[in-house]
Amino acid sequence: MDRIPILRMNEFLLVTIQVDMHDRLAMTLQDDLTEQIVRHRARGVLIDISSLEVVDSFIGRMIGNIAAMSRVLDAETVVVGMRPAVAITLVELGLSLPGVRTALSVDKGMDLLRTSFHGTPNGAS
Amino acid sequence: MTEHETRPIRSSEDVVIVRQLVRAWAIRLGFSLVDQTKIVTAASELARNTVDYGGGGIVRLEALSDGRRIGLRLTFEDKGPGIEDLALALKDGYTSGGGLGLGLGGAKRLSNDFELVSKPGEGTRVSITRWR
Ligand SMILES: Nc1ncnc2c1ncn2[C@@H]1O[C@H](COP(=O)(O)OP(=O)(O)O)[C@@H](O)[C@H]1O
Ligand SMILES: [Mg+2]
Repeated sequence: MDRIPILRMNEFLLVTIQVDMHDRLAMTLQDDLTEQIVRHRARGVLIDISSLEVVDSFIGRMIGNIAAMSRVLDAETVVVGMRPAVAITLVELGLSLPGVRTALSVDKGMDLLRTSFHGTPNGAS
Repeated sequence: MTEHETRPIRSSEDVVIVRQLVRAWAIRLGFSLVDQTKIVTAASELARNTVDYGGGGIVRLEALSDGRRIGLRLTFEDKGPGIEDLALALKDGYTSGGGLGLGLGGAKRLSNDFELVSKPGEGTRVSITRWR
């Protein structure tokens, strides 16, 4: 597999990382996401990392870059589903993911995005 | 079980293979999920350094026992340019290659024993052990 699929749901983009990504694949995802935020004028990006058993400094940097990039493009990034063992390890690694919003599940993450975009979690403005 | 194993590390695909191999060893040695995650993450950092800075090398995995405890030792070796200033390289945030500069320091924090030996022009060897 040489690309991670990106789903579009109205004004939001959804990425579910289901493989242990090698570094080039992670860089491709970062580029693809930036391109699609612009192309679809996306207002939010949801990254589901619940399948990821390891987040090292490279993946951490990629997540931080995506968040920074989307902020510049007026979109928000929410990372969902980080496993507890991964969270504990990240702290010891020294990675704090500044500026990255997190939520426990895809549903909660979507609520967060909808609230910041529409003002209510159910999408009505 | 095999008490040691050596694998080449040349590409970013090999870094993925090292993560999977270390995970399998940590599970076989009975490490908790958190401890597995810590040593796999440390291994990922060191394997990437071997590729990115060392120009490729090897990793050696060893099961240890000191009579009381079981341990997993990982040794990463390359014949790359080596490290001029070890203290600087270990400093959080220091990178010569556009990374986050957390690999060496992070790997040290994530393991129980840590040894870094490097000679400019000769290469680098980093050894970490996590005890169960
Ligand atoms: N195997 C190696 N050979 C040569 N230099 C290395 C090696 N590993 C690490 N270094 C040096 O130490 C620095 C810090 O490494 P690290 O903490 O992993 O951060 P990063 O990989 O983000 O630069 C690297 O930028 C590099 O200069
Ligand atoms: Mg590194």
